[in-house]
Amino acid sequence: MSYTILARSTFLVTEKNIRIYYNKPPVIIFGLLFPFFLFLSFFMGRELDLFFFFPGLLAMSLFFTSSSVGPLITPWEKQAGTYERLLSYPVTINTIIMGDILAGMMFGICINILVTLVGLIYFTYPLQLLIFIPALFLGSFCFSTLGVLLASPAVRSPSQVMMFSSLIRFPLIFISGIFIPLNELGEVARALSYISPVTYFVDLLNYSLTGQHHLPLLMNFCALLAFSALFLSLANSFHRKNHLKGL
Amino acid sequence: MQEQNAISMSIVKVNNLKKTFQETRAVDNVSFSVKKEEIFGFLGPNGAGKTTTLRMLTGLLKPDRGTVHINGWNIDKDPLKVKMKLGVIPEVSNIYKDLTPLQNILLAGRFYGIKRSTITGKAEQLLQRLGIYEQKDQPVSEFSKGMRQKVSIACALINNAEVLFLDEPTAGLDVHSRKLIREVILEMKKTGVTIFLTTHDIEEANQLCEQIAIINRGRIAAIDTPENLKRIFKESCAVEVSFDRMPPPDSLSQIEETKHVEKRGDKFRITTASPDRLIKHLASFAEKENIAFTHLAVLGTSLEEVFLTLTEEGK
Ligand SMILES: Nc1ncnc2c1ncn2[C@@H]1O[C@H](COP(=O)(O)OP(=O)(O)O)[C@@H](O)[C@H]1O
Ligand SMILES: [Mg+2]
Repeated sequence: MSYTILARSTFLVTEKNIRIYYNKPPVIIFGLLFPFFLFLSFFMGRELDLFFFFPGLLAMSLFFTSSSVGPLITPWEKQAGTYERLLSYPVTINTIIMGDILAGMMFGICINILVTLVGLIYFTYPLQLLIFIPALFLGSFCFSTLGVLLASPAVRSPSQVMMFSSLIRFPLIFISGIFIPLNELGEVARALSYISPVTYFVDLLNYSLTGQHHLPLLMNFCALLAFSALFLSLANSFHRKNHLKGL
Repeated sequence: MQEQNAISMSIVKVNNLKKTFQETRAVDNVSFSVKKEEIFGFLGPNGAGKTTTLRMLTGLLKPDRGTVHINGWNIDKDPLKVKMKLGVIPEVSNIYKDLTPLQNILLAGRFYGIKRSTITGKAEQLLQRLGIYEQKDQPVSEFSKGMRQKVSIACALINNAEVLFLDEPTAGLDVHSRKLIREVILEMKKTGVTIFLTTHDIEEANQLCEQIAIINRGRIAAIDTPENLKRIFKESCAVEVSFDRMPPPDSLSQIEETKHVEKRGDKFRITTASPDRLIKHLASFAEKENIAFTHLAVLGTSLEEVFLTLTEEGK
């Protein structure tokens, strides 16, 4: 009986998030425009072969879209007073966290399926769906979990959370192997790139689109799984510790 | 569970609850029990520990020590099972502003696994009773505080809870909303719901509650029926006097029938078992000392007196 309750409440939290926080014109428009702006700022006017850089663009886009709203849901709900009511329903902190993660994950996947389709119109990639689809799911889960983790510190105002989350998320992009292929990185930069989950995800996208990769596929999947597990357990313990702060 | 009910009719049992935040002892060794189908009032000033207690009772906050049993279930061990049977109205207005009242209630009801059609029917009834049926499809963001609180109440009533926890449900509302909400609370009780209600409004506690716990600085100062609380204090009434000149120190406590003298500003509050005899003695005292009364009053034993006396003792 309590598994039914847990599943139901996870589903309802997910649905509530999508309805209230993701299904807003500014959020959707921003989500759709974001990959386009990334493209403009990183690739326009440079002598880059977009065929090889599109996977990196897609990775960045998935990273940001999956993790953009997650950090804000809990602070928003605490500010509006809805968080305490939510906790009084038959839910646990875990089902709330999972609902926040799933909503971000679905948002990231939907937006980036569109981005992928645009990419497939321009380039003929030997698309490896059997790697691409699991990578997309695991990557968006991992990044969305990071987003939810960033919501857990006991800061009150959503704007503070936004600052904090940018402070963490941008470096993770810059140290990953998006801009420079892993094998061209110096030793220090290379070691650094291994601490970003984005690195492994880019490698998987590279493989499933262009066929090229630098790390063993299994290692990429395992690394993403390990990061997800780490983020999830940290999110769990921080949310548990801070869940009544700022009410 | 049946056996437990046979032994006692208590549906909520709280044992030695304790919660400390950094330095503050928010709740300190609180124990009480709530009988089935009664309205139990938790009365105390701001910061007394009412919300903290209610959060521990509803499984939102883990106590540092102590246990809470609802209907025989330990809230710490079976939170989901217990929460299925509860309705909670937290202190702050707390519904989704992007949703309409009906959508808010629908979301609430689905958390309890109730069918949509059942929820809609019941929601419409509730909204009608609360006088906001016409606005059922308007965004809540345009609502007044009183209307929001009514939606919040409807959300808490949707699952036919066995026990309702209301945290200052009428605080800061207009007179009409307050009256309506109190009526609804009494109706809920009549249908067999047990209600735990916190308030800082003495009149509200007096009007609604069968049992009142007076809480101050995290401790329970008294638990009894409103009538008994008043009666206990009738036995030790107080007389308040002031004079045109200060009487010699300690002279007042020498007067017959005096139990205790307390100086409050320019007045003295003298507790006694027999105010009329004390006043006679006071009159002869004034004559002897050649001073005159500027103020003389027998303090009634309103619940307010009880409350003030109990909550000021700790200071
Ligand atoms: N999350 C918290 N962190 C720190 N102190 C708290 C917290 N919640 C309540 N307190 C303190 O505990 C005491 C009791 O608060 P509360 O239960 O909200 O009182 P009431 O509801 O009776 O007004 C207050 O001194 C308050 O400042
Ligand atoms: Mg309170």
